[in-house]
Amino acid sequence: MSATWLTWSLTLAQIMLALAMACAVFRLLRGPRAQDRVLGLDALYVNAMLLLLTFGIRSGSTLYFEAALVIALLGFVGTVALVKFLLRGEVIE
Amino acid sequence: MIGATELPGWAAITTALLVLVGAGLTLTGSLGLLRLQRFYERVHAPTLGATLGTGSILIASMVCFTVLQTRPVLHEILIAVFMTITTPITLMLLVRAALFRDRHEAARRESMAGASSGERPDTDRPAS
Amino acid sequence: MRRLLPFPFLSGSLLIAWLLLNQTTAPGQVLLGCGLALLGPWILTLLQPPKGRIRRPGAIARLCWRVLLDIVRSNIAVARIILRPRPRDRTPGFVNIPLDLQDPYGLAVLACIITATPGTLWVNHDPATRVLMIHVLDLIEEGDWIRTIKNRYERLLQEIFE
Repeated sequence: MSATWLTWSLTLAQIMLALAMACAVFRLLRGPRAQDRVLGLDALYVNAMLLLLTFGIRSGSTLYFEAALVIALLGFVGTVALVKFLLRGEVIE
Repeated sequence: MIGATELPGWAAITTALLVLVGAGLTLTGSLGLLRLQRFYERVHAPTLGATLGTGSILIASMVCFTVLQTRPVLHEILIAVFMTITTPITLMLLVRAALFRDRHEAARRESMAGASSGERPDTDRPAS
Repeated sequence: MRRLLPFPFLSGSLLIAWLLLNQTTAPGQVLLGCGLALLGPWILTLLQPPKGRIRRPGAIARLCWRVLLDIVRSNIAVARIILRPRPRDRTPGFVNIPLDLQDPYGLAVLACIITATPGTLWVNHDPATRVLMIHVLDLIEEGDWIRTIKNRYERLLQEIFE
């Protein structure tokens, strides 16, 4: 009984996280300015990491954890590099 | 479905609740990215997902795997520590970059004689 | 001892992180982790980080509890702002806060706290004038925010780091 509860709530959570990712992608594509796009990208990778963690809970495998950790690391480095570019480069919008 | 269905009742319900709360908060934060009008307001929105959203999903994962593997599984703490260290850095840099670009733009507009739009450097323009 | 372990806190965290990543307490991994814990701080000394020390573990526990409560509270507040059907007029804005805290580690922790509570963001700290600039999503009264930051966090951080 509680197992089906868990399955359903995991599915619901995954749908919510996917919607959250869609919102972030919208901000990423729409802008209007470059800093909005970077913000969208930042939110996108956090949401993707959380989605991977829920996949991990669903399948009961800790392999997803490693992927989530790598996404967190690379996402941070990527965002900082982009922001550094915004601070220095001439951005064409 | 291999793993999660073998959880005992209390653990399953705790995990389910925590995952739902975390996903809900993250969705709210990302909705904020759409709904809020200005950049300096939007920049606050993803913190919801990055703090309590991440936190509760990580705790759910810890509860789930600790019960499944009948030993303490705590490596999710690493992600939590990492997120608390990195989120301030990215957001602080992002706001500084936005301020820098706004000021830069305002200065350039002022230097162009006869520019009519009056945008102040510390406020920003609406979304679309 | 000083020369072998210049940063005991960092060494400890490195060892714990290594063991958590490998998910074991097998003697071989503990040994490897100890090697890492000895090597990491040695590399860090080349960067010449500023000296810092931590005291009053009681104050740390109090600070953690306070921050946790505030994170939950401000999460709910910001979620309410986002989900409100018709956005009422809110005045987001920058607040300048004169700080007494000077320790760089204390300031780093304060930056984490301010950013981790949704609705407030650390923007800039000028070490010359000791003025901190934050951005607040729902700015009602500037004085309120200054008092909150100073009384809730800064005093405890001064107890811990100075």
